[in-house]
Amino acid sequence: MSEVQIVDNMVDITIDGVEYKAKEGEYILNAARANDVFIPAICYLTRCSPTLACRICLVEVDGKQVYACNSKVKAGMNITVDTPDILTERRAMMEVYDVNHPLQCGVCDQSGECELQNYTLELQVDSQSYSIPDTKRETANWSSVLHYDPGLCIVCERCTTVCKDMIGDAAITTAKRGGEALDKSWKDNMPKDAYAMWNKLQKSVIAPSNGTGSTDCSDCGECIAVCPVGALVSRDFVYTSNAWDLKRIPAVSAHSSDGFAIYYETKPAGIEDRTEKIFRVTNEWNFVSLDGAARFAYDFENDTASKDETAFNAGVEALTKAETIRFNSLISNEEALMLQTLKEKKGVKLYNPEVRPFQKFLKLYNEASGASLYNGSTDTALKCDFAVSVGGALRNDSPGLKYAFNNIQKMNKGAGLYFHPVGDKLIPTFGKSVECFTHKVGLEEATLYLLLELFADKDKLPSDTKEYLASFGENELLELLGADAEAFMKAFPKMMKKKENFVLMVGEDYYGHAKAENLVKLIVLLEATAGFQVVMNPPKSNALGVALICELDDEATGYTVGYNENGDFKLSALGDGDLDMPAMNQQEGTFTTLSKRVVPTNAALDYNGYVLNDLMAKLIDAPSQTIDWTAYLPQEKGYQAMDFDDMLNTFDNAGQDNRGYLLKVTYDEVEPTDAEKFDKDDVLDGDIVYRANPPRQFNDFSDKAHQIFEAFGLYASEERAKALGEKAEILFKNGKITVDVIVDAKMEGDIVALSDFKSAENVYELFGESRYQTVTIRKG
Amino acid sequence: MSLEQFKDRNVGTQNYVKLDLDHSPTTGWCQFKQVVKRTFKPELFVGLWVTFREMINALFRGKMHTTQYPFEKLPISPRYRAIHDMLRLMESGNYRCIGCGLCEKICISDCISMETKYDENQRKEVSEYTINFGRCIFCGYCAEVCPELAIVHGGRYETASEQRASFSLFEDMLTPIDQLNLQQEYAGFGAISPNADENIKSTPLAY
Repeated sequence: MSEVQIVDNMVDITIDGVEYKAKEGEYILNAARANDVFIPAICYLTRCSPTLACRICLVEVDGKQVYACNSKVKAGMNITVDTPDILTERRAMMEVYDVNHPLQCGVCDQSGECELQNYTLELQVDSQSYSIPDTKRETANWSSVLHYDPGLCIVCERCTTVCKDMIGDAAITTAKRGGEALDKSWKDNMPKDAYAMWNKLQKSVIAPSNGTGSTDCSDCGECIAVCPVGALVSRDFVYTSNAWDLKRIPAVSAHSSDGFAIYYETKPAGIEDRTEKIFRVTNEWNFVSLDGAARFAYDFENDTASKDETAFNAGVEALTKAETIRFNSLISNEEALMLQTLKEKKGVKLYNPEVRPFQKFLKLYNEASGASLYNGSTDTALKCDFAVSVGGALRNDSPGLKYAFNNIQKMNKGAGLYFHPVGDKLIPTFGKSVECFTHKVGLEEATLYLLLELFADKDKLPSDTKEYLASFGENELLELLGADAEAFMKAFPKMMKKKENFVLMVGEDYYGHAKAENLVKLIVLLEATAGFQVVMNPPKSNALGVALICELDDEATGYTVGYNENGDFKLSALGDGDLDMPAMNQQEGTFTTLSKRVVPTNAALDYNGYVLNDLMAKLIDAPSQTIDWTAYLPQEKGYQAMDFDDMLNTFDNAGQDNRGYLLKVTYDEVEPTDAEKFDKDDVLDGDIVYRANPPRQFNDFSDKAHQIFEAFGLYASEERAKALGEKAEILFKNGKITVDVIVDAKMEGDIVALSDFKSAENVYELFGESRYQTVTIRKG
Repeated sequence: MSLEQFKDRNVGTQNYVKLDLDHSPTTGWCQFKQVVKRTFKPELFVGLWVTFREMINALFRGKMHTTQYPFEKLPISPRYRAIHDMLRLMESGNYRCIGCGLCEKICISDCISMETKYDENQRKEVSEYTINFGRCIFCGYCAEVCPELAIVHGGRYETASEQRASFSLFEDMLTPIDQLNLQQEYAGFGAISPNADENIKSTPLAY
């Protein structure tokens, strides 16, 4: 039983004679679910708009039939879930869904967790009254991962809804089925809602929305997750396992910093090989949506490891003489704490170019605002109605924030501003009230000044800043940022209508920015004078955890031990190092997510080698297990002294994330200080390369997974790629690299994006702290 | 189910049928008389005649009753649960197994294991199938649960072999394609009940 969270506007409602508390204005279905009351429903998705495709959630409210998924709770409502009329309707609907549904449960991938099976049994359908000639529908592969069998599809539209309302790709839609029209006589001879549902069902089928046979999307696979039947399955998983054979291991996605809650589903690899293998990744799709890396990049385990004592001793020796340990953000909080302890006791340097700029940025933010951490999270962002994204390529860097940005437009009647030097064709499609600014690299401060101009309560601004802001001519900032100023100023009041909650999403570009200090000051001013909540996107995986736990150094010197990175001695979970380490799906531990939550992840697969804690036991005083470190995470940074085994790993029925715990954020009173002026001519010119990975690709581990196909290379808009040819040689100030040119059809403009997910390519060294570099690009 | 029959432990009052037997001798003299009477009865020769007659029949008239096991085997009841057979469809010769995995799931000694994949005809193909007969307890659940009557208990009751593998793979249990015409429908566990038609409701068809 989950306790209903009591918030301000709670009202009393009665369901089947029992009194419950519910939030006013929330849908009846969600209120019932939060109170653990079951109302049957197929087509409704918690964080998306109701589609009314299935109509099964029919209930009676004060004597009137309504749909629980789109009727809002009012005080004193009296709800009856089952009346004889409604039961007749529901039974007829289930019979209709079963008309011509192939009797292939025996082979179907969804059998055992199929909602059509479940509701057919729940509503005790034991005979069929309806019939219609079937239409031939061909199975199709929509992309490298999506497999659609329209014969099994019940057109509940959950896939199209989640793709549009949550993911933002809107890559699939309902299309004409070309089925036979319903006999008119049914209209009088069957329940009304069931007839309406059937009428629509018989006409439609799902298809890629671009009119071709393949989807143009980010291949996140969320449509697969939400499919109630076996119509949408991943190509890799089709007919390989039954749902009931798989063991579910609650874990955290290791790739993006969102810390998505996932389940690894494992069973023995085969008859010859009885070791556990991950067959797929699933999620609580009502409450969390995954990106492609979280769902498909799961087979990155280190399966060749063994207890090689010689290598282990060499590892101990290497760490003893090491001057520097180089690592990245794909490391658990516990491991980060081990390295930090090693630093404290042995004085080694910790070098992490991925996280270091972010750590500095957080420190600047802490000094300027008095808050120990930013105040927003993905969960709170989803409740906002105005989203502003700065300094990050939403589509590439932060799937969770991209979903939030999109969801705000679709569900909260929201508006959004997207500032980024790399043009994006997808983000403007999120909603009518989305404005994209493709500005020059170097004008990040101008961006924030514009936001102050647009949103801030000018009287609260410090005097110098206020004066400086007033010194800009009308629309000067807008024009500087490349906007059609007049059109924008005309649209802006409309965008601002009825908006109350504002969120600022800050991306990785800002962290390594030369003017980071001034950017922080401006962000703090925005928070103080415009009521923005701020979410910062930690660059990758557990970057926030590393930034909070480790004291990182600016450079690596002397003998270097690399952990999943290059070094004189290499500890590696990729199986290519001097000493094997467990990959993230083979070890337990905690992550610190973008939403400031410390979440536990469990080991899905066996691991036969040594772990970092074994090395620590030789070097310093270490407890017997890795998770024994969990309770010792630094409390002054907001962590709690909670044991790993005491952490929950669930969501409740209302969708509340109960995993682990939230970091404690402390606030000190600090007077906002004046921001500095900026130089509008200090912009990058010439050929500019941006350090960004393609969507679904984050690190060597996602690259190792067999269902991730995005290659390492130079991503460019169609036009730019044509001009560049097939291969390009990029000359940086301190090196060069030759890579393939790859078209990203959703990119716009001349800036090209170089991937950084292969640690062997050392892209971080080429770029330095800034994500943008002026380079010379030659045909390779 | 009523448990009444299990609770009635008063066996004396039940309807046993008594055989009409002679009383056993009680005294030593009576026992002696019985021995002498039985010893000198010609019954002995009646028995010897039967043996002699059968010997003549077997040796000279070709009426031998001995089963030459292991070269010959007696038929066993269809309800006997011996080593499994995998049946084929009579019409197409394809194997019946659809790879639903129910036998794997229901197996209480967890000895069935299978691998399936998506084949080029868009069907579920059983790529590997094995039963570990070292663990199988021949309970018959797999045959009972099979929706396609594909896995059944066959007549091979010898559960010993030089190699465990020799009868545990799919191909070994599958009816050889050249003996398809000899394949018998199985009447034991999991077979359709004779009145199955009466128990199902028909589904309307629009054709």
